[in-house]
Amino acid sequence: MNVDLSRVVRLARIELTLEEQRRISPQLAEVLRYVDKLKELNVEGVEPTAHAVPLENVLREDELRASLSQEEALSNAPKTANGLFVVPKIVE
Amino acid sequence: MPNSLTIHRLIERLNSGDVTSRQATEACLNRIQSVDGELNAFIDFDSEEALSQADVADKTRANGGEGALLGVPIAIKDAIAVKDHPLNCASKILGDFVSPYDATVIRKLREAGAVVFGRVNMDEFAMGSSTENSSHGPSRNPWNIEHIPGGSSGGSAVAVAADECVASLGSDTGGSIRQPAALCGCVGLKPTYGRVSRYGLVAFASSLDQIGPLTKDVRDSAVMLQVIAGVDDRDSTSVPETVPDYSSNLTGDVKGLRIGIPKEYQVDGLDSEVKRAVGSAVESLAERGAEIIEVSLPHTEYAIATYYIIATAEASANLARFEGVRYGARVNGSDPQEMNSKTRGAGFGEEVKRRIILGTYVLSSGYYDAYYLRAQKVRTLIRQDYLKAFEKVDLIASPTTPTPAFKIGEKVDDPLQMYLSDIFTISCNLAGLCGISIPCGFSKLGLPIGLQLQGRPFGEPDLLRCAHAYEQATDWRNKKSKLD
Repeated sequence: MNVDLSRVVRLARIELTLEEQRRISPQLAEVLRYVDKLKELNVEGVEPTAHAVPLENVLREDELRASLSQEEALSNAPKTANGLFVVPKIVE
Repeated sequence: MPNSLTIHRLIERLNSGDVTSRQATEACLNRIQSVDGELNAFIDFDSEEALSQADVADKTRANGGEGALLGVPIAIKDAIAVKDHPLNCASKILGDFVSPYDATVIRKLREAGAVVFGRVNMDEFAMGSSTENSSHGPSRNPWNIEHIPGGSSGGSAVAVAADECVASLGSDTGGSIRQPAALCGCVGLKPTYGRVSRYGLVAFASSLDQIGPLTKDVRDSAVMLQVIAGVDDRDSTSVPETVPDYSSNLTGDVKGLRIGIPKEYQVDGLDSEVKRAVGSAVESLAERGAEIIEVSLPHTEYAIATYYIIATAEASANLARFEGVRYGARVNGSDPQEMNSKTRGAGFGEEVKRRIILGTYVLSSGYYDAYYLRAQKVRTLIRQDYLKAFEKVDLIASPTTPTPAFKIGEKVDDPLQMYLSDIFTISCNLAGLCGISIPCGFSKLGLPIGLQLQGRPFGEPDLLRCAHAYEQATDWRNKKSKLD
């Protein structure tokens, strides 16, 4: 099993050191070899389970209720200005 | 000392005026002082705040107030939000995050009068079976500090087993309450999915996570569940099923209860001492009138593979929120993507990275059907196995873990071996059942062994009744580790 690790870490947005890449790559391959055992099973016509206790259309009245204030919502952010989250520049 | 009492005994003594909540809380704090340097169960705690909660409880009681947990000191896994306290999931990535609100379970504990104190250690983001994957360092098993306490709720189990608190909350995604309870010799309950609100629990795998109590006996487990159970309009997956009176069901009687023994649970690597201890526990239940019936769960051997696809897939989506923008630590980068990647690279520990990467892979274009969708279908087969078995039996008995606690460091370099140790606990979450681990013996080396009982969805009354009957017929719960 060959995993294009650079593609996956790009998707996952996790920068790995070379050392980590060397360690994780074979571990990932080993786990994938192991989970391949699911291919032994015939799952044709079997419905997938997303939740073990199926609930549908859980709704509530559309009424206003208290939530975090803007100040509280921003209180843990690493960088804010004027009531906004600040990120590095996206467009030049 | 009051810190070594169960909840129900402590409540009796508080009610009789024998002891105050302040004394009980001080006893816990003193115990932490004397043993936690070695055990490392607590990430932190606020003594003053704990004592002021205790004083409020004492005053309430003096004024005739009541509460199922009035004045009882309870420790909380570092994955559950407690207002105005740090919350880190034993990770560096949350930086100096402080919870702006209480989780629903915390609100309920407070309403019942509990002294909510201390954040206890865990595997980072609940990913692990040993509490070795913690930015706070590993916790240690009170029965032998060279051994792991289990995980991911390792700190919750250690704190209870070592009498550093009276009870604790943990969370269980694939065994993270039951497995450490088994390895530390206490009682750990994973309620049915949807029984307890997850609001304020940092999500690992949303379709599997459930909060539950770790306690010194089964009655305490019932008391705690009574307090935290129930539908919550802040968690749309909580289920509007009536909450029964769990304690009233603890009759000590198991006559007529049908207990299934899955033939597929005779796995390679099942330790002979564990097998013997669990075998005699089942015999003891049979002697008390339970009917023992062999059942078949043919897809057992696929459970771990199914779990590690579904749980990592869900985790990769849930943990996307830790990107250095809304909360936690940030490592700067020249553009948002680079900032995200550097932040996550520096903030997450290795096991968390491994799982996010695996989860991202199984969800990625070209692999989704082969891995994720297939795993969801096998999950259906596993669930059907259980529902079919539960047509014939009321409960399923097994070991909680294939072996007693292994040594610290023994499996850290071999993630797959670590995953395989979850064989008996994982299906319970996949199938949406309830499960409990209770002490059923000790290995020759003096390490605890756990008996697991699993019940049908919302079958907690039978589960607790059977666990309680076994517990009362044996003496395991009265054994204490010798730390002093």
